[in-house]
Amino acid sequence: MSLDIVVCIKQVPDPEYFSKITIDPVKQTIRREGIPTIINPLDKHALEEGLKIKEKFSGKVTAVSMGPPSAREVLEEALALGIDDAVLLCDRAFAGADTLATAYPLASGIKKLGNFDLILCGNETVDGATGQVGPQIAELLGIPHVTFVNEIEWANERDLIVKSTLERGYMKLQVTLPVLLSVVKEINEPRLPTVLGIMGATEKEIKFFNAKDIDVPEGTIGLAGSPTRVADVFEHKSKRKGEIIEGLPEDAVKRAVKRLRELKAI
Amino acid sequence: MKRGNPVWVWTEQRNNRLMDVGVELLGKGLELSERLNVKLETILIGNQTRKLADELMAYGADTVYMIEDPRLQTYQSDVYANVLADLIKEHSPEILLIGATNIGMDLAPRVAAKVETGLTAHCVDLYIDEDNGIPYLAQVVPGWGGNLMVKIVCPEKRPQMATVRPGVLEKPARNESRKGEIVKVTPDIKDGDFKVKTIEMVEEKAVGIPIEEADTVVAGGWGLFSAGGFKPVEELAEVLGAAVGGTRPAVDKEWISDDQMIGQSGKTINPKLFISVGASGAMHFTTGFLRSKVIMAIDQNPDAPIFKVSDIGLVGDLREILPYLIEELKKVV
Ligand SMILES: Cc1cc2nc3c(=O)[nH]c(=O)nc-3n(C[C@H](O)[C@H](O)[C@H](O)COP(=O)(O)OP(=O)(O)OC[C@H]3O[C@@H](n4cnc5c(N)ncnc54)[C@H](O)[C@@H]3O)c2cc1C
Ligand SMILES: Nc1ncnc2c1ncn2[C@@H]1O[C@H](COP(=O)(O)O)[C@@H](O)[C@H]1O
Repeated sequence: MSLDIVVCIKQVPDPEYFSKITIDPVKQTIRREGIPTIINPLDKHALEEGLKIKEKFSGKVTAVSMGPPSAREVLEEALALGIDDAVLLCDRAFAGADTLATAYPLASGIKKLGNFDLILCGNETVDGATGQVGPQIAELLGIPHVTFVNEIEWANERDLIVKSTLERGYMKLQVTLPVLLSVVKEINEPRLPTVLGIMGATEKEIKFFNAKDIDVPEGTIGLAGSPTRVADVFEHKSKRKGEIIEGLPEDAVKRAVKRLRELKAI
Repeated sequence: MKRGNPVWVWTEQRNNRLMDVGVELLGKGLELSERLNVKLETILIGNQTRKLADELMAYGADTVYMIEDPRLQTYQSDVYANVLADLIKEHSPEILLIGATNIGMDLAPRVAAKVETGLTAHCVDLYIDEDNGIPYLAQVVPGWGGNLMVKIVCPEKRPQMATVRPGVLEKPARNESRKGEIVKVTPDIKDGDFKVKTIEMVEEKAVGIPIEEADTVVAGGWGLFSAGGFKPVEELAEVLGAAVGGTRPAVDKEWISDDQMIGQSGKTINPKLFISVGASGAMHFTTGFLRSKVIMAIDQNPDAPIFKVSDIGLVGDLREILPYLIEELKKVV
């Protein structure tokens, strides 16, 4: 037997450039022009785990992403790491999706691919940071899920015990495939692409699916299919004075400490 | 008379102790339900939870739906989600709030997908607004750039679901004389329903003072990169007897651990004194400490948004400022 493993990966803006991202005051959408993109960091751990499991039991790893045409870049990177297949769900109709309207096409796309035993996600993205997409894909596919996974122990090829971190402590859970696991960074150390991998990747083709290709239920995708929406963007008004203490560092520090004492903060 | 669909809070218990965030949410839930003139109800899943139900009523719950089963003592992913989703379908709550503990974050999206409604993660504020005389839940999350906040709504689907991190909301006052009703629910749960089975839950003690309990917290950001690491912040904290926290880049650099991260995706704290060093002041970060008593910031960029949320600002290179500050503080504390 061998396993069909699907890894969901998302292209995200590089967090080092987050301070340059702004909101368009008119359209209320995020302006990210000129911001470099990367694979969502935790999704790299999901890819690594997928590859490790394939090496253990044999099988196939397919990466799936939903995003604009540029998202093919993260799939190319995944191919260079050694995955077998890559699929991009790409359609203007997918744009503006909240987590549920993201989970729908991903779930439908995964179903379209055929059999799946294990789906791996990152526990959260750096740009959305909701951690909701994974469990919602699992629900739509009717399979169980576990989040915050930092360790997988295989009893055999179908039965596993996973460790899920808590704020302080952990849970151990028993589950049988198929399952969706959302992983945290402690689970593994992602590998780097090899020269051979990069060369091999250029020979592999990325499949593109649009909304029609994946039979996604009507009214469940994009902005129109999203239960939530942005109603307003407004400025946070702080009641604090924002007093700046000027001068040479030595002198300014003295006055700042004096202020801290006046305010009884120290 | 309270009429109309209720406001719900899922109140998590672990080892028969209520999680604080559920109680914090009851405070907010009470405010929302009074504004809508509807009942505040809570869902309590566990085993032998009668004492907890009394506590929930003292914190404002009009109704406690009590689901008791020895198999549900510890969180069980699919069964908890099924139980909650079935209750939603039966009672049609207007709003459902869930505490964003690791378990709450596991449960909430699954339930939202089951009942096909919207879910807003990690709200920093919630209030009732009106559209053409029809009240709805405004869900506020930090936005990108500067001091921007974003208001999210869920116009059509119900319940309007939101998660909130621990510490974001204040704990309400307890009132023993408050009365409520306990409604016992006995769902039909088969052993086969546990597709994921929690076989063990281990709770560990915190090492050191957790940042949410410290009186003084010093936090560092990406600016520490120029100083070659987090050392200067640790030294400052030591002089003040303070706990150490930081921004997400500080976590990414592994200068601090995950549970020391402050902000929308991390902890919300309100110490007596908060000092930010080399952090620009993204709203995602600042929402994590806005309720501190006194806030001081150090950053070399005079236009950094961090200064807008501070009481005291020091503009300059942290490599120059911190040695003086540490020396000066040694004299007075
Ligand atoms: C959904 C979402 C949730 C998020 N949640 C969180 C969260 O919970 N917590 C969090 O922190 N972030 C969070 N972020 C990220 C957040 O948006 C910012 O990217 C992050 O807070 C920036 O961290 P920083 O201030 O350390 O880095 P930067 O924004 O890069 O700021 C570094 C600062 O250091 C200053 N500096 C540099 N060198 C020096 C020097 N020598 N002396 C003095 N000053 C210097 C610079 O002037 C600058 O102001 C989230 C983002 C998203 C999208
Ligand atoms: N557009 C997307 N395409 C593929 N996978 C996604 C997408 N959005 C989210 N995911 C997956 O869901 C996880 C959690 O995302 P989030 O709910 O946005 O925090 C990510 O780490 C990915 O594995």
